[in-house]
Amino acid sequence: MVRLDGQGQGLIQVRGLDKVYRRGSEVIHVLQGLNLDVDAGEFVAFMGPSGSGKTTLLNLLGGLDRPSAGRIIVDGVDITRLSNSELARWRARHVGFVFQTFNLIPVLTAFQNVELPLLLTRLSRAERRQRVEAALRLVGLADRMKHYPRELSGGQEQRVAIARAIVTDPTFLLCDEPTGDLDRRSAEEILDLLVALHREFGKTILLVTHDMRAAERAPVVLHLDKGVLVEARGGVGV
Amino acid sequence: MGIPVLYTIRSAQVRWVPNLVAVVSIAGTVAVFVSMLALASGFRATLVASGSAQNALVRRAGSTAEVESVLTIEEVRTIQDAPGIARDDQGPQVSPEALVIVARPLRQTGTDANVQLRGVSPRVWAVRPNVRIVAGRAFTPGLPEVIVGKHAARAYQGTELGSTLRFGGTAWKVVGIFDAGGTAFDSEIWCDAVLLNQAFQRPAQIFQSVTVRLVSPDAFSSFKDALTADPRLRVQVDREIDYYRKNSQAVTRMIEILGTLVAFIMGIGAVFAGLNTMYSALSARVREVAVLRALGFGALSVLGAFLLEALLIAAIGGLAGLFLVLPLNGWTTSTINWQTFSHLSFAFRVTPRLAFEGFFFALGIGFLGGLPPAWRAARWPVARALREL
Repeated sequence: MVRLDGQGQGLIQVRGLDKVYRRGSEVIHVLQGLNLDVDAGEFVAFMGPSGSGKTTLLNLLGGLDRPSAGRIIVDGVDITRLSNSELARWRARHVGFVFQTFNLIPVLTAFQNVELPLLLTRLSRAERRQRVEAALRLVGLADRMKHYPRELSGGQEQRVAIARAIVTDPTFLLCDEPTGDLDRRSAEEILDLLVALHREFGKTILLVTHDMRAAERAPVVLHLDKGVLVEARGGVGV
Repeated sequence: MGIPVLYTIRSAQVRWVPNLVAVVSIAGTVAVFVSMLALASGFRATLVASGSAQNALVRRAGSTAEVESVLTIEEVRTIQDAPGIARDDQGPQVSPEALVIVARPLRQTGTDANVQLRGVSPRVWAVRPNVRIVAGRAFTPGLPEVIVGKHAARAYQGTELGSTLRFGGTAWKVVGIFDAGGTAFDSEIWCDAVLLNQAFQRPAQIFQSVTVRLVSPDAFSSFKDALTADPRLRVQVDREIDYYRKNSQAVTRMIEILGTLVAFIMGIGAVFAGLNTMYSALSARVREVAVLRALGFGALSVLGAFLLEALLIAAIGGLAGLFLVLPLNGWTTSTINWQTFSHLSFAFRVTPRLAFEGFFFALGIGFLGGLPPAWRAARWPVARALREL
């Protein structure tokens, strides 16, 4: 269930979220009093024009930025109250990021890129290897483990990025325009993969996209305009 | 666990061209730093090695250097009777010595340079057993013959075996070349002390110093006490090794200060080279840093990774600098010894301690050059950095 009235008790609870940027004397309200509840296992797409605050919302939900006001509670933890180092640890444990430009580390192989988040856990070397291989198998790249990002296609790079996002089994995935830099066919493969992660593994996925075709793959679509969630489609309780 | 070292190493490899600039800059600085200290170290070692712990050097009280001292034959005789002096079947092992500075043209430039002419007694071989004839023979007492130290033979014109040198109105035949084990004596010319005084029209029974072989290094105190307590003598007594150590201080201190100053100035340049390299590395990797932070690596991990990269570059620069300077080890050069105003040949001495100092100097440069960019990388707002192209 996804709710916008601030009355839910979902996995992710956003209450009165404001984000204000100042550019000289100009004050820009990117998000204004936003409420949102997302239950575990939901797949939600956020749509909206450029500058509507989609990426800002994603960054706030992922603990990459701090709100000007309001609270974000994930699995009972108010992440707006965490210190920077606590927030870094929280991100490592609870969030899997998938970016538009893949953002793989170019000097590391696919295997090493996927292994990165696991270096922050207490897993042994053998356990890490097992998990990385499983994640890469899941995204269909078991045979590309030793390849560097420059040796992969855009679609393959994004699949490695998804493997990196899921390898720690995070509480939820945040995908920021994951198909934005891909051709149609690769984009479809990535969306198929996200849908499979949601359906088969019950992953909670929050997707920001411009692409209507990408948004249609999510059961719930929310529209963000001028910092406010103004429209919804799917199973939303308002 | 922090950001893998592999990431740091490979990132440094990828940006090898700008990193090479920093490496060369640090290598040059370390090479200059270590070579200057090796110069000072070689100078000091040459002079200190000239003295033996078992020898005592006696001069007139108040004279800071051997050349300023005057001792009469009566004083020499009194000294010979002091306790603690080693003796053999030829009597006490004592060498009263006279010194004269003469100018000789250098082989390399043809210009005159001062060389120390030391008049010694026939007992000098017992007092300085480390000195040995390597070509020809020893001079004959009473004859105008000289033997030339191996460094002096290389440095000055007309010092070949069999040639004749003119000074003090006398023609001196070069009858031997001696090796004093790389000490200051290798830069000297030796002859009979009595003849030297005659040639330079000095009183026959006057010497500058007396070098004494003691029965053991422990005998020094009793020997010194006996001389300083004797009312017939106004002398100062030093262990020979201490005299030469003091003798080396002025020049070594000057070289060390000059070397450190030059290295410090070059070091500032190298720090800026490091800063430039690491800032450019950082600006090229803004998103990588942001991604690492987004994945959960803390600010300290990022700081550590960038600092490690700077230290890695500095370490390579430091090793390259040491590699550059190592061939200097043992290379002989010469300078004026300010205590004697004569030329002294000595070898650069790159010791393990100097190598460590040079290496840590390089790491210091790396740390100073890497810390500000690393600090900046660690504090970069993640969300904003992710938007950087």
